[in-house]
Amino acid sequence: MTTLEHDTSSSPEEDAEVSKQWTTRIRRRLVEMLPPERLIPDRQPSFLSSWIYIFGALTIGALAIIILTGMVLSLEGPGWWHTSSLGLFVNSMHLWSVELFFFCMVIHLWGKFFMAAWRGSRQLTWITGAVTFLVSVGAAFTGYVSQTNFDSQWIATQAKDGINSTGVGAFFNVLNFGQMLMWHIVLLPVGVLFLTGLHILMVRRRGIVPPFEDGVNDKSATVASGTQEGTPS
Amino acid sequence: MIGRSILGALVNLTKPGMYVHWGFIQISVANLIVIGLMALTFILAIAIPFHRKGGRS
Repeated sequence: MTTLEHDTSSSPEEDAEVSKQWTTRIRRRLVEMLPPERLIPDRQPSFLSSWIYIFGALTIGALAIIILTGMVLSLEGPGWWHTSSLGLFVNSMHLWSVELFFFCMVIHLWGKFFMAAWRGSRQLTWITGAVTFLVSVGAAFTGYVSQTNFDSQWIATQAKDGINSTGVGAFFNVLNFGQMLMWHIVLLPVGVLFLTGLHILMVRRRGIVPPFEDGVNDKSATVASGTQEGTPS
Repeated sequence: MIGRSILGALVNLTKPGMYVHWGFIQISVANLIVIGLMALTFILAIAIPFHRKGGRS
């Protein structure tokens, strides 16, 4: 028994030593920035009782389907849908979830723009969302040029002049299928997922911006965060 | 095949797409429809009351 028991008592010197550790400092800083009850709240503010607030979550749902179908497509390769009805189905799921993703994201963007969702120190939340949108456009574009059909050839040849005129064509060659596919299935999805995660963490940290009626100025908008009294989520 | 025939009857994808020209603006009808649907969904999302459990809105 004694061999399994750990001595939990520690001296003040040991406590001081532990509190100086970089892991301890990082953990304390993270918990301070984003306490668990704010990260996954039990209740939401009552002003969230509107359909306009669901489009961010719908966008994330569509993104999950995009990633899952993209992973299935990566098992068989980009030409799978030409020769298999299952491949065609998965490819279509991938395409239509992208359509839904942008559909919901644009409505989410419109809603947040008219709410001035950058109020109350939420500038970085807005900026990460806007940058995610731009990176998503790049991810969609590289997907369209990876279809391995005449449509993708047409898009690539039309886009090359525009991209070359910016100088980006020196290292981003839309006529290079292998390069475009790598951007589409590795670099840009990693970017979209990272930025989406960052965006969600910022929404959780600062809370969802209240409507103008509830928070006319920045000061009151800061007070209304996601963990205040309200309706069960 | 039946489903494909029904969908094929709704939208003919074998002919060139239709475009709207307005000054320097040129947009496909398909994209215009999607933008219209987004605008409609946006308006409905604001206008339609959100019913919670217990019937309150």
